[in-house]
Amino acid sequence: MTIAKKPIYFLTVLAIVFSSFTAFAGGGETSGKEGQINTQEGINAYIKHHLADSHDFTLFSYTNDAGERKHVGFPLPVIVWTSKGLKTFMSSAFHHNDDGHVVVEKDGVKLAKIHSKIYELEEGAEHVSFDEHHHATNAHKALDFSITKSVMGMLLAGLLMFLGFGSLARGYKKGAIPTGVGRVLEPLVLYVRDEIARPNIGEKHYRKFMGFLLTVFFFIWILNLMGLTPLGFNVTGQIAVTVCLALFTFIIVQFSGNKDYWKHIFWMPNVPIPMKIILAPIEVLGMLTKPFALLIRLFANMTAGHFVVMSLIALMITLKSQFGAVGSTGLSLALALFISVIEILVAFLQAFIFTMLSSLFIGMAVEEHDHH
Amino acid sequence: MDQLLNDFSPGLFIMQAIILVILLFLMIKFAWKPIMNSLTEREEGIQNALDQAENARKEMQNLQADNDRLLKEARAERDAMMKEAREIKDTIIAEAKEEAHEQATILIENAKATIKQEQQAAIAELKKKVGDLSIEIAQKVVRKELASQDDQLRLVEGMLEEVTLN
Repeated sequence: MTIAKKPIYFLTVLAIVFSSFTAFAGGGETSGKEGQINTQEGINAYIKHHLADSHDFTLFSYTNDAGERKHVGFPLPVIVWTSKGLKTFMSSAFHHNDDGHVVVEKDGVKLAKIHSKIYELEEGAEHVSFDEHHHATNAHKALDFSITKSVMGMLLAGLLMFLGFGSLARGYKKGAIPTGVGRVLEPLVLYVRDEIARPNIGEKHYRKFMGFLLTVFFFIWILNLMGLTPLGFNVTGQIAVTVCLALFTFIIVQFSGNKDYWKHIFWMPNVPIPMKIILAPIEVLGMLTKPFALLIRLFANMTAGHFVVMSLIALMITLKSQFGAVGSTGLSLALALFISVIEILVAFLQAFIFTMLSSLFIGMAVEEHDHH
Repeated sequence: MDQLLNDFSPGLFIMQAIILVILLFLMIKFAWKPIMNSLTEREEGIQNALDQAENARKEMQNLQADNDRLLKEARAERDAMMKEAREIKDTIIAEAKEEAHEQATILIENAKATIKQEQQAAIAELKKKVGDLSIEIAQKVVRKELASQDDQLRLVEGMLEEVTLN
């Protein structure tokens, strides 16, 4: 890995400073009175809130002198498919409410937001009512195509990739040696090609899959790194995102599988017939578990990373009574710094592993067997 | 698991799928394809340049070897020529010597033969002169001796005596 040391330090320090800041400043309405988070439950709720997707982009919130809750950030468009068709409005209509108390009426459809999910109220209902498990009884989830924070993160990552690598591609027209940002990006492309694709897929077939592998690698890596910034994206920690990524790998593997690949799944060569029959369902299951492992690994790693960093930052609140304000803050800072540095490594590692395993599965599908 | 399923947002999934498909398309068309092509092109260019350099080096080596070989050959030729010249010189000298020797021998032989002839001629002349002189002297002696009858008789008797003795 050839990344200059400075940006990592800079990024880490920035991440720590800002995430501590957000913890101090407090989040949305879920976090108790006046937005103060000073209980274990408050912290847990805050972390859960952060890990979930969000319909508005809030950098931080504070309470002003008049006792009003102020949120610094901007609303994002909400696009929902309801029983009465597609409805769009800005998320500011919910006034940062996340527990279903604010009901937005749009062309006869009543919508409420509960834990970052948009619910459509049933006909005739005025307010969301909850059962004892805090499940809404008179509302159901609407299909939510909103430009949420995660979607925005993806668009941003896509834009960054497109600009960066687009400029690298254009740079080659001027000369064989890239200049500027391209100097950093080119070794990364070469790394994916020579260390991930070539050895796993094989010299003969790897070129076809380079587009997918490069896109996925940089997409995941950039999103993972964005998760470490104070902007607080948690895109690769959304199960829907990892499911989609793994599904793409699955589809590509199945469609590039050659005769041998299918033969090894349904009619394993060189084993007795009863074994062939036993092995077939196992192999079919294996076909499905591979992408499943991919999606769970990425999701769990990123979620856990965010959870640990936020919990360590929260130490400054939970340990305040034992260590005092300075002691707990120092401890939390040191530990959070340590974990954040590891998270930078994990951000790369998870992108690498996802791409690595994808290319390995593709390699197994296109491999030519010559031993029978 | 329940929690996971609850967290799964179908809308986000669809949005992600759409974004990923568009991103894949755009990135492949505008970034990855030109980048991969340029990289391959550049690598091939570098490989070709290296191959060419290697070939040039080999050619240079061959040339050098050729030069060395030519030089060696030239040197060998020169040596051979020198040797030959020396040999020729030696033969010429030897032949000249031999011829000179032969000539000298012939001259000496001739000289010897001439000297012998002259000697014999001289001896013969001397013999003749001595003979003539002896006869002259003998004539004179005989004339004087045999002036008287007695002398003539004594001589004849003497001679006869000698003959008898023999």
